[in-house]
Amino acid sequence: MSTSIRGGDEILLAFARALRAGGVPVTQDRAHDFLAAAALLGADDPAGVRVAGRSTLCAGPDDLARFDQVFEAFFNVRGGLPRPRPMVRADPSAATLPLDEGESGQADTADEIIRAVASSTEVLRHRDVASLDATEKQRLAAMFATLRPRPPLRRTARHQRWHRGRIDASRTLRSSLRRMGEPAEIAWRRRAMKARRVVLLVDVSGSMSAYADVLLRLAHRLTQGIGNVETFTIGTRVTHVTRAMRLRDPERALIAAGETVPDWSGGTRLGETLRFFLDRWGQRGMARGAVVVVFSDGWERGDASVLAEQMARLGRISHRVVWVNPHRGKEGYEAVQTGVVAALPFCDDFVAGHSLATYADLVEVLADA
Amino acid sequence: MSSAGDVARLLDATGYLADDELSTVTYLALSMQRPLLLEGEPGTGKTALAEALAESLDLPLVRLQCYEGIDATQALYDWDFPRQILHLRALEAAGAGPDVEEAEKSLYDERFLLARPVLAALQQSPAVLLVDEVDRADDEFEAFLLEVLSTWQVSIPELGTVKAATPPVVVLTSNRTRELHDALKRRCLYHWIEHPGLERELQIVRSRAPEVSEALARQVVEVVQQIRGVDLTKPPGVAETIDWARSLHHLGTAELDLETAATTLGALVKYREDADRVKRALDQLLRT
Repeated sequence: MSTSIRGGDEILLAFARALRAGGVPVTQDRAHDFLAAAALLGADDPAGVRVAGRSTLCAGPDDLARFDQVFEAFFNVRGGLPRPRPMVRADPSAATLPLDEGESGQADTADEIIRAVASSTEVLRHRDVASLDATEKQRLAAMFATLRPRPPLRRTARHQRWHRGRIDASRTLRSSLRRMGEPAEIAWRRRAMKARRVVLLVDVSGSMSAYADVLLRLAHRLTQGIGNVETFTIGTRVTHVTRAMRLRDPERALIAAGETVPDWSGGTRLGETLRFFLDRWGQRGMARGAVVVVFSDGWERGDASVLAEQMARLGRISHRVVWVNPHRGKEGYEAVQTGVVAALPFCDDFVAGHSLATYADLVEVLADA
Repeated sequence: MSSAGDVARLLDATGYLADDELSTVTYLALSMQRPLLLEGEPGTGKTALAEALAESLDLPLVRLQCYEGIDATQALYDWDFPRQILHLRALEAAGAGPDVEEAEKSLYDERFLLARPVLAALQQSPAVLLVDEVDRADDEFEAFLLEVLSTWQVSIPELGTVKAATPPVVVLTSNRTRELHDALKRRCLYHWIEHPGLERELQIVRSRAPEVSEALARQVVEVVQQIRGVDLTKPPGVAETIDWARSLHHLGTAELDLETAATTLGALVKYREDADRVKRALDQLLRT
């Protein structure tokens, strides 16, 4: 295929570039395909260009929606650009402060330093993360590496070779055939185990804003430690942030998530967002047989009956539903919020989630799920 | 075939009614020799497109149904081990000479090769290869698929490389239970299939269930289109519409009324909560 630039191609390439600026991951080869497709259909035919672009440059329903917006703005200039979404972003904390300087300052012996650090670490483990200042949050962030998540397991339909269990007849037979029919060793097998998918739904609404940052850090740790983890933020919308969580460096991952999530510290309509999650992802298979963890304080602005219905749906689809409430571990807490009351009957576990120690407990709950 | 219209006409002849966008994308996939990745709600005719393509182009359809744990031996090829053993025994019985090398060579012959779907499609090509529900397979399988889809060849260590003379027409379908890898998506042309509009759905019902009278079919489709607007857990797909029309026809219904609609609702919605909501909505729909 020739790579010389034809007249109309410049416009199409400019459009591809605009689309990339609009948030669709357009790569060079995709843009190339777009030109080829548009050339086939005739670049002077708007409908053809649209179809060519949708099929070559997009890779999902989200992309399609963005594509249509950019296409409209680029080729049909009427009333300026479409209204951009209002973006309110919380700044993910940046790593600038050194870790242990505060404690090691003027201490006399090394022993004392270690003891001082150790005990303050222990205190930090149990402190409510909402009450920490920036320095303490930095230290806590480093302590997340001490969490050792293990995946919940399930048996698969397949078998694997094992040194005991049941007899693997076909393998035994094959190995004896290989010896021309001489009886050979007996092979055994057992059902293989596989990591269950874990789906994390993190409430990033206003009432949870003190925890959102730490919870995403936890999500990142789980994603790195277990692997098969899908993370969504819920608030007024549902955002898929798994891709950001896969970045190895936690700070980068948090910044990437901050750039993806449009509804930091907004309102909560738990029921409706949950329904959207289930319609778009959960029911199709993402939540099927998975361990679903909802991080929320249960403040529901919408109709609590919707939440109850959707939680029931979630409970039927998934293997286990864990509700993590940052207020649960605090003194005088009672489950009276409308959302919690509605959701609680459908949760298998209801655990606290306000300090690192409680997250360590959560990791255990997940491993045993 | 030289335009999207031709594709639409060809598909039309088999009873698959594609809208403009779908026929255009299909045309692009055929002429650019790219795999076509179809996503959309269940029951919108993703798999049916591949079947219709095979029928209209008069090519064999090779179907690879993906599932969790599928691997290369189930998708590519496998050696027929029992037959190889039998062959050895036969050589022995015939008292063939002690030429070990020759005997070994005869074991890895094409007749002992079990061609699984992907290899079969490459061998038979031109053919239509349908990779159904690719999202159910594991990520590793995707990487392997990517390799085949970009080179159109499979190498078998004992035999050599099998390369398709003409690349097969490949249709991949996905229900989005997980996000496919970008590299795989980049190889493909992407299309999201929506539920059809009223007239098109009516045409589809008429062509798939010709025994149903026009009046009944229209009534059924009108109701289904309205029902999709009701807030449902699983909105009915076209397949469900056809099922419902057929079941009404079986019961000898000439005109849809509330009672028969309510008793046959099981063909249309598959959740108890949905059934309740639809019954309430039907009350209003059928009264007006």
